[in-house]
Amino acid sequence: MKKNESYEEFIKGVWRDNPVFAQVLGMCPMLAVTNSAINAVAMGMATFFVLVGSSFLVSSFRNWIPKQVRISCFIIIIATFVTIADYTLLALVPKVHKELGAFIPLIVANCLILGRQEAFASRYPTRLAVMDAIGMAVGFLIALLSLGAVREILGDGALFGVKLFSVNFEPWVIMILPPGGFLTLGVILLFFNWFKFKKDEFLDDVAEAERRGS
Amino acid sequence: MTTDTNKQAAPPSSMRLVLTLAIAGLISGIAIIGIYESTLPTITANKARELREAVFKVLPGVTRMQALVNRNGELVAVEAPDKDEPVIYGGYDETREFVGYAMPAAGPGFQDTIAILYGYKPDEKLVVGMEVLESRETPGLGDKIYKDAVWVAGFNALSVEPEIVAVKKGTKRSPNEIDAITGATISSKAVVRIINEAHTAWSSNLPPPGSEPTIQETETANTEAGQ
Repeated sequence: MKKNESYEEFIKGVWRDNPVFAQVLGMCPMLAVTNSAINAVAMGMATFFVLVGSSFLVSSFRNWIPKQVRISCFIIIIATFVTIADYTLLALVPKVHKELGAFIPLIVANCLILGRQEAFASRYPTRLAVMDAIGMAVGFLIALLSLGAVREILGDGALFGVKLFSVNFEPWVIMILPPGGFLTLGVILLFFNWFKFKKDEFLDDVAEAERRGS
Repeated sequence: MTTDTNKQAAPPSSMRLVLTLAIAGLISGIAIIGIYESTLPTITANKARELREAVFKVLPGVTRMQALVNRNGELVAVEAPDKDEPVIYGGYDETREFVGYAMPAAGPGFQDTIAILYGYKPDEKLVVGMEVLESRETPGLGDKIYKDAVWVAGFNALSVEPEIVAVKKGTKRSPNEIDAITGATISSKAVVRIINEAHTAWSSNLPPPGSEPTIQETETANTEAGQ
């Protein structure tokens, strides 16, 4: 039972309540840094670290933080994790840090992270909060990666820097420019909504058939 | 729900709110200082290594370098240049013979500042190499200023007299002309302009060829320079 509960919190972030595809949160990094798969992964990992770390601390201290100053406390905790991620990336992978530039400090302003603290971590026990954070962060990483992969393949003819096509491939430069982000995200959201629509329709059909059968 | 206890209890005193935030700030400050101190050596070492690699790249045959600054109209070697002081790097070969200068230069590009480093041989008045250190030019178009190998190789022997001119691809006639990149005209012209401006600014401050400062450092290649 307990195991199912954690699993439920994990899987809801990855699929049903996916922060990007279902909640449409965190659009700023989503559109800005997904021009290549490697940037998307770096951004996803940094967000993962910040989200899981903050959720753990917020949930652990939830009984000590007075309600009136909770948002300020969450922001202090998030900003500290972001600074740690910023310096770590700068020291370990300076090239990637250069590419991501201003978007690492901007993780502080990612509403996905503050949203999870306010809506979940500050109300639930640590174990569930961490599972929820991992689920949301993995969901965010998957979303970033799917956008980054599509844009890099079409816009540069490569994936993770490895050329996929012969020299005759003419890259769709627009895909790695800002409009490409909007186009790709639009098509992916369209697919998700169509899928949800079809699923609801199917469930309605099943209910209908059951009603008639009984 | 755990927040229920908070809702029913009397509002906490201002003292408690102030204290909570102060403690949170203090812990966060300590954590940030910790991570800053522990990553600083790696970050400075990375930057120094990048600079050394760039200097060796734009000045073929160079194995030693030193930072040079202009003080009282004279070019002198310094261990650590002052902050914001314009600095160039002197490159020397195995026999401690002067080869050329590596000049950092920066200026506006299509989107943001482009920072480059170029190698310059004063005796031949030639640019012998160019490396883009920083740029946010458009991916796929403007970023060819460092991804297009033909364009970068165009800087391997480029005369600065009277000045470098970017011309339409395939129309290079004289030693001071370079073929601009098709589809990245603004970015390629920006690089040329940056070099021209830096050259004009420095040329009057460089000593006549043959009387360059001699190399100070006694150790070989791996001494930290330019920090």
